[in-house]
Amino acid sequence: MSDLTNNKPEMGAFFARDRAWHAPALTPGYKTSVLRSPQRALLSLDGTISEITGPVFGHSVIGELDNDLIHNFAKPGESAIGERIVVHGRVLDERGRPVPGALVEFWQANAGGRYRHKKETYLAAIDPNFGGCGRSITDDDGRYAFRTVRPGAYPWPNGVNDWRPAHIHFSIFGHGFAQRLITQMYFEGDPMIWKCPIVGTIPDKRAIEQLIAPLDWGNTIPMDARAYKFDIVLRGRRSTMFENRKEGN
Amino acid sequence: MVQELGYLRETPSQTAGPYVHIGLTPNYCDIGGVYETDLGSAMVNDKTLGERITVTGRVFDGAGALVRDAVIEIWQADSAGLYNSPSEMRGTADPNFAGWGRCPTRAEDGVFSFDTVKPGRVPFKDGRKMAPHITFWIVARGINIGLHTRMYFPEEAEANKADPLLLRIEHRERVDTLIAVREGSTYTFDIRLQGDRETVFLDI
Repeated sequence: MSDLTNNKPEMGAFFARDRAWHAPALTPGYKTSVLRSPQRALLSLDGTISEITGPVFGHSVIGELDNDLIHNFAKPGESAIGERIVVHGRVLDERGRPVPGALVEFWQANAGGRYRHKKETYLAAIDPNFGGCGRSITDDDGRYAFRTVRPGAYPWPNGVNDWRPAHIHFSIFGHGFAQRLITQMYFEGDPMIWKCPIVGTIPDKRAIEQLIAPLDWGNTIPMDARAYKFDIVLRGRRSTMFENRKEGN
Repeated sequence: MVQELGYLRETPSQTAGPYVHIGLTPNYCDIGGVYETDLGSAMVNDKTLGERITVTGRVFDGAGALVRDAVIEIWQADSAGLYNSPSEMRGTADPNFAGWGRCPTRAEDGVFSFDTVKPGRVPFKDGRKMAPHITFWIVARGINIGLHTRMYFPEEAEANKADPLLLRIEHRERVDTLIAVREGSTYTFDIRLQGDRETVFLDI
């Protein structure tokens, strides 16, 4: 981040989360949620310093190939098999301001829908040159980018014949621990999106559409990789206009 | 008509899924060579100030079964009560203490464990001191949006009694779900997602 700024670090509490926009905890169509959802109401409290603050990671944690899933697990001179894509976007807050220095982590299945994980038993083959993890830290404008192969759809034991749409998991840190978010990105035009019980945990169609990355033709690299743009919105901070207390906070 | 407020909507959460380890702790799930170490696996070093403690526990579902595929993150103040964060305005935290840790619940026995230090006290918004606590965030398959909670310390009975958050818990018997069990320097904090002795989770 640039040192040439007169902006004070922000320390306001975050906008309350709209829990009607997010999925509720209990969504029986997604069976595992039945026993893993709290039954008691959440205890509400305006953010304290314990949630307003959060870890911020320096660019030094990022290795050279961390945002290149085509090569970061591949043997020298080889690369992952699949449709080559670039995924990029911005991390913003609800006030529309960029979130610089945000750690974005992502993971996914390979082009055939197979995850590299010992619990995974799907019969589609492992790609010896594909690990499936990557990470990036947003720049001063909140931008991140990585290249990968487009993941395949994969079946899962929920309903008799449930398949996940092609998706990439995202984990995002803002500047406060209350902003911590894990979500999934889907691909424009995938008919599987509207059949998926996990997508269907989200009640509002507009919220689901916020998870669908459009094909970004303008940023497609000719003869190399197509591009998808996925912007992420984290909770905004309340302005501290009438909250300056001499006791601290 | 009036102006539009012009705010954006928060990106909706989705479950971390059963393969969350690929992204967050790849070395734990045998994806070696991409990252040197798993982020958040070491919170302290030789120079970290404060009383060394171990925080461990397990996560149970509504049938009392172990949740063996969760990832736990914790966030806490240093031993002097300062957060290692750009939003910390009260001073500079111990540079040898990140304050943040990440650990999976192990596939074999469902146990998570953090080597850390006991946090100092930090102020509530009105200046009252909160009792020492560690903030927890839990994600897993079947959890649609990460669950926030806090762990408090059993030897801090006086401070706990006056803690602004604990005081907000209407059903007083539930306060105990946020207080760890101590044995020497090890604190056990079991998390029950649902049902009998369900942990208090926070909208914060």
